[in-house]
Amino acid sequence: MNVVERRLRDAPGRLLIPYVMAGVVPDWLDLVRGAAEAGADAIEIGLPFSDPMLDGPTVQRAAALSAGRGGRPRALLDELAGLDVDVPLVVMTYANVAMTLTPERGVGGFLDHLASVGVRGVIVPDLPLEESAEYRARAAEVGVAAVLLAAPSCDDDRCREIARASAGFVYCMSSMRITGERADLATTARETARRVKGMTGLPVVTGFGISTVEHAVEACADADGVVIGSVLMRMLVDGAPVADVVAEVAEFRRALSSVGG
Amino acid sequence: MGVPDAAGRFGRFGGRYLPEALMPAAKAVEAEFREAWADAAFTAEYRRLLATYVGRPTPLTECSRLSEAVGVRVLLKREDLAHTGSHKINNVLGQALLARRMGKRKLIAETGAGQHGVATATAAALLGLDCTVYMGHTDVRRQAVNVFRMELLGAEVVPVTSANGVGTLKEATNGALRAWVNETEDAHYCVGSTMGPHPYPWMVREFQRVIGDEARAQCAELLPTALPDVVVACVGGGSNAAGTFAGFVDTPVRLVGVEAAGGSAVGKGKLGVLHGFMSHFLQDDDSQVLEAESISAGLDYPGVGPEHVHLAESGRAHYTSVTDEQALRALKLVTRTEGILPALESAHALAWVVDAAATGELAAGSTVLVTLSGRGDKDIQQIKEHLG
Repeated sequence: MNVVERRLRDAPGRLLIPYVMAGVVPDWLDLVRGAAEAGADAIEIGLPFSDPMLDGPTVQRAAALSAGRGGRPRALLDELAGLDVDVPLVVMTYANVAMTLTPERGVGGFLDHLASVGVRGVIVPDLPLEESAEYRARAAEVGVAAVLLAAPSCDDDRCREIARASAGFVYCMSSMRITGERADLATTARETARRVKGMTGLPVVTGFGISTVEHAVEACADADGVVIGSVLMRMLVDGAPVADVVAEVAEFRRALSSVGG
Repeated sequence: MGVPDAAGRFGRFGGRYLPEALMPAAKAVEAEFREAWADAAFTAEYRRLLATYVGRPTPLTECSRLSEAVGVRVLLKREDLAHTGSHKINNVLGQALLARRMGKRKLIAETGAGQHGVATATAAALLGLDCTVYMGHTDVRRQAVNVFRMELLGAEVVPVTSANGVGTLKEATNGALRAWVNETEDAHYCVGSTMGPHPYPWMVREFQRVIGDEARAQCAELLPTALPDVVVACVGGGSNAAGTFAGFVDTPVRLVGVEAAGGSAVGKGKLGVLHGFMSHFLQDDDSQVLEAESISAGLDYPGVGPEHVHLAESGRAHYTSVTDEQALRALKLVTRTEGILPALESAHALAWVVDAAATGELAAGSTVLVTLSGRGDKDIQQIKEHLG
């Protein structure tokens, strides 16, 4: 069992996975540390890409801010190397970055790089099942959990295949919407998590559009946990200090602690 | 140019690099296209529209004065005379019929200069479908007339702004893909070129192969040798070139694709993945995709269709590039000698012919078929700024 899965299985309550775009603010590593201390069970680290097709305006802005400050995927990963946090880090980026970060070495070079800086998991949303066999095999070899996404549009057979092939946890899209804050949690969020839960022993985590503590609690009626991204990144791109964002993470932690079962 | 493999690849290139959310939709498009393309009723309806609505077959024009000026025999395949003024309509009508067959009530599309957007809005009007066109905010500003034209046709035009402030075809495609995630139930994504996830590069080439098939038959009638020596087309995403080459790939004819110097993905791009497919893309050393830069908005794309990179790698087709200045010079020459105003995109293909004839790369007296992918009326303002 890889580190991500073991840590998430061992966690006492519902899982909280905050998303941080690497390099979005100069003190982004303080946010990673602060989120870990505030009770995150894992932290998703975004690497900026010029064309984030699954991201809404907030994460797009965060990526552009990072890139504008000189944020480059390789150097940002290297900043993680010295980071002493007690929760697994899961990197999220797009296929082009994964395939070209290490010229001539393809996804293998990227995964080696992740392992060498202590990253324990990876999410590449545009590497679906059919395009990810080599990537998943190499990830397993170097001890990095390749997390796959399931979407409400996937039928049961597809969900089962995804759950079988995923490592660390299964990441469920809450709705057929790109990332971003929304007023309500889509009805598909709980349905999708419930379906996938019935198919796998892996932790099932719901993300995309988890905008409030109420959404998080509601989603966790079926899912083992949530990813929160845009709500945190919006605070940062609007200029909030890292301490405020850490306090928001703590709010989510408190709320999820009330969820039983 | 056969069928791609089961994974949607031409050699190493192509594939289907999509989020899971879009996989069912892309697979449904593939299944429906395979069925429809083998269905005589569907192809008959498609052929009927091409004949009675688009005005096909488009003529093959012998260019006597241009030929005399450059020293090679030039034949033009006149896609500029197709309804809406470019080859884009061939693909769009095929996809619109497919969308109707799938029970979709809406088309979504990306557009650069607006040719594909106008064609999609036109097909939507014809078949009574809703239409939303995603267009980079920079292009919305530059192409105000085409925006109005789409709106007049009943389409909604949505400007797309990237977080770093640029808004051209690359960003428009991001916008359309994001919209497709939200609307997979109701909408068909009508991709405008031989790009995107499988089956689009293949399907769009099949809908465009009418260009090459017609030209092959017209050459057989016109030429004692039945075939030209060289077939030339401009390449952005590569749909008019793919459609043209499809008619000649099984012959000894030399195939030449001409890219814009500032958007030369075959020539200067690096292996990567964008917009759902693996191909060559202009990108920096940090895996960030760059903006293409060309006078021609239709060639303003940092990538190229996967089949073209495969044809280049296998050596079956040859790819080259010309500058804005070369394209403008050729545009002026063709306009003055033939009374035909080519689109800036098509002027790139003509520019290569003019220059290759001058350098001897094209043997004197050889016969060259050039696909004139569209008419230049849309570019008048820009041409005026550069030549006026």
